[in-house]
Amino acid sequence: MNTFTQPMGQPLDRVDGHLKVTGQARYAGEFPEQGLLHGSVVSSNIARGRVLSIDASAALALPGVVAVIDHTSRPPIASYDKNYEDADSAEGSPFRPLYNDQIQYSGQPLVLVVADNLELARHAGSLVRIEYESEAHQTDLLAMQSQAHPAPAELPKPRGNFQAELAGAALSLDLHYSTAIEHHNPMEPHASTVLYQPDGTLHIHDKTQGPQNCQSYVQKVFGLEKEQVRIFAAFVGGAFGSGLRPQYQLPLAVMAALKLKRSVRVTLTRQQMFTFGYRPRTLQRLQLGAAANGRLLAVGHTAIGQTSRFEDFTEHVVEWSGMLYQCDNVQLTYKLVPLDVFTPLDMRAPGAALGLIGLECAMDELACALAIDPVQLRLINYAERNQNEDKPYSSKELRACYEQGAERFGWNQRNPEPRSMRHDRQLVGWGMAGGVWEAMQKKASAKASLDHSGKLTVSSATTDIGTGTYTVMTQIAAQASGVSVQDVTFVLGDSSLPTAPLQGGSFTVSSVGTAVQQACAALKEKLLAVARQTHPAFAAVTSEQAVFEGGQLCSGDLRVSLAELARSSGEATLEVQVDAEPDKKREAYATATHSAVFVEVLVDEDLGTVKVNRVVSAIAAGRVVNPKMARSQILGGVVWGIGMALHEETQTDHALGRHMNHSLAEYHIPVNADIGDIDVLFVEERDEIVNALGSKGVGEIGIVGVAAAVANAIYHATGKRVRDFPITLDKLL
Amino acid sequence: MSATIDDATQASFARHPLGLTLNGQTRQLEVLPWTTLLDLLREHLDLIGTKKGCDHGQCGACTVLLNGKRVNACLTLAVMCDGADLTTIEGLAEGEQLHPMQQAFVKHDAFQCGYCTPGQICSAVGLANEGRASTTADIKELMSGNLCRCGAYSNIRDAIEEALPACRANAGQGGGQ
Repeated sequence: MNTFTQPMGQPLDRVDGHLKVTGQARYAGEFPEQGLLHGSVVSSNIARGRVLSIDASAALALPGVVAVIDHTSRPPIASYDKNYEDADSAEGSPFRPLYNDQIQYSGQPLVLVVADNLELARHAGSLVRIEYESEAHQTDLLAMQSQAHPAPAELPKPRGNFQAELAGAALSLDLHYSTAIEHHNPMEPHASTVLYQPDGTLHIHDKTQGPQNCQSYVQKVFGLEKEQVRIFAAFVGGAFGSGLRPQYQLPLAVMAALKLKRSVRVTLTRQQMFTFGYRPRTLQRLQLGAAANGRLLAVGHTAIGQTSRFEDFTEHVVEWSGMLYQCDNVQLTYKLVPLDVFTPLDMRAPGAALGLIGLECAMDELACALAIDPVQLRLINYAERNQNEDKPYSSKELRACYEQGAERFGWNQRNPEPRSMRHDRQLVGWGMAGGVWEAMQKKASAKASLDHSGKLTVSSATTDIGTGTYTVMTQIAAQASGVSVQDVTFVLGDSSLPTAPLQGGSFTVSSVGTAVQQACAALKEKLLAVARQTHPAFAAVTSEQAVFEGGQLCSGDLRVSLAELARSSGEATLEVQVDAEPDKKREAYATATHSAVFVEVLVDEDLGTVKVNRVVSAIAAGRVVNPKMARSQILGGVVWGIGMALHEETQTDHALGRHMNHSLAEYHIPVNADIGDIDVLFVEERDEIVNALGSKGVGEIGIVGVAAAVANAIYHATGKRVRDFPITLDKLL
Repeated sequence: MSATIDDATQASFARHPLGLTLNGQTRQLEVLPWTTLLDLLREHLDLIGTKKGCDHGQCGACTVLLNGKRVNACLTLAVMCDGADLTTIEGLAEGEQLHPMQQAFVKHDAFQCGYCTPGQICSAVGLANEGRASTTADIKELMSGNLCRCGAYSNIRDAIEEALPACRANAGQGGGQ
């Protein structure tokens, strides 16, 4: 008898790899059509005020310019906020593109020029003259922090007596950190291609992390029926959160298509990629009180983030400080400052990537002040329960992350004294930090369909933003159905498929994967029922006796191919669709992924340049479906953390209220030469609560804690605490 | 402001003949003088494998091999390519047989979203043609014009290290020297 390798847990190559390395994968702005029109967006260059007039006569005079659309000439759009809300909306009144003459931020789209080719549209856009009436604006969080109001977030209630314990602690620290605005900058700029169908319906290729989110948005904003809008996103060239909400190129392209009854494509420029959501700038205050033996007696974390004047963007910035360590006296505060800017947007590990900078840098400062090893300090304060929720964890192998990560890194060789390690002219620093992210699960649906040749197609309206969704869902489906991996196709990126949540928050494997698993389980039941009816030898076989593997149904010595069962069924394809939701047993538990990150930096003593020479990232995320792809997710997260620590900062000219460095030359992301060795290890973590797969998701956890670990390593190298991120060389000289 | 087009402007709209070898095939095209090589490929020839990430020569997503050398297609006017031998990502594989660099990228998971990937692969083949990279540090430095936002850099290095010898053995791949 053959032994079958279980598909889950195998380091399978990406099933879409061939398409991606040969240039055949088509992204949103890459669907051609005869007569396709091209839209070019003209943006506001003031931060607040109103449009007095728009003169497009020079643009319209050019042969080939088809239309110039602004707030006075657009098709009708909805009047109520609820029509503009989407699955990732912030509280407030969502932005309405080309709605009226009001200008709410610099870079706001004001005009769409539509022409029969790309260059002409762009050139014509440069000829549009806009007259403004400017009003005074405010874009500086630091200057406006006294205006902060409580964020509309459900924070854990204060517990214990924070102030008294802080005041009475043997050691107390009061530390201030700040982080910069960051823009997602996926390599693929946002684009929407609206293909106007002969019946007036719209087929839209959009850059999104949620095809159904965009379908619903377009439908509501333009007053269309659901059947009139279908969104596709077969390939997404990176998103990192930027595709969680419909971005403005989508409604602009739809406006043009509806107005002209033609197919239209709108692709944003790289500069325009700085004109919508971003990771907000934050100011953070950490107050820690500890006993001489390192036990935390008081933890206070205050964060002030920026938001727009029209929405209150909230994320989980401070919650982590109430759960990562055992502490009975905790006070968490989160405030927002509205500015004349666009609303921030979830960006890789939203909130956690920020809050863990404050918490994990402060823990390092505490370790130094107490002369306790930073890993040891974390073990002293290890939390067995999530005190925010007062629940045990479904699983938590963070201790193993600390231990195995430290061992792999060689942490026990560390001399705790700052500036004590050196390599030629480079100061060597070793730092570490911990990380945590929620392990969420959302409702999701999936359909499994087996054809007469034994090929299985499984589908759900999720996306693959580079995370490996195509591949891991193929593996989950193969494992759950007994069909060989090569006979399984997973279909995604189409709003007409079974319902899927947004792809974000590291909950796609947990949510969609569970639906896929259940759909395949239901398909097996259906196949067994067919076998019982059509193959007398199987008449008495029970579910427990039935084994599905290698494309066959077996029971003892009996075997029949699934293809034959499909043919025997009398149906063209055997099909099942399921709706999966989180198991009730999760409710009694807190669920989270954890990490421990160890970093070595080299700091040039004369120049202040920092090089992250090596990183060990130890991850506890439950069962790993595909170690190759999961490792890639963590590698990417680490690179993002290095960028956050050292490179990334959207700089604003507050006099103009405008981002200055809106290009990839001036907004620095790590390049190949910036990245040293990254060693990823997954610790064994069994979890039978989180979902039936035992898998928690890995998209976010890789970044969390990395920036703090880099900062802590820089302190160890130089003796300088830089609390204002990113840590650029000028701050080290 | 005049809204009329003068004769000189009108004349500049004239299309220019362009003859080149594109992925091994001789092509005779006509292009407008301002059309970049990148827009020619993507908008006029539907060769969308060459990507536009910034249109400013800052990201490397549009890297193609022009006479075997890696160039940013967004900074190259199409009319400059008359008589050139051009290879894009679509021209690297021999039918279903992937180029060694493409195979290595798949094997090492040297990409995630895939958008920078054609540029990375063309750049890596160009690097092999240059014959300069002898160490990992060289590869890191000489591949730093190709940004990858997914952060696949270490896998990209591993893929290139593995494929370089095979690529050098086929020196001249992708347009030759």
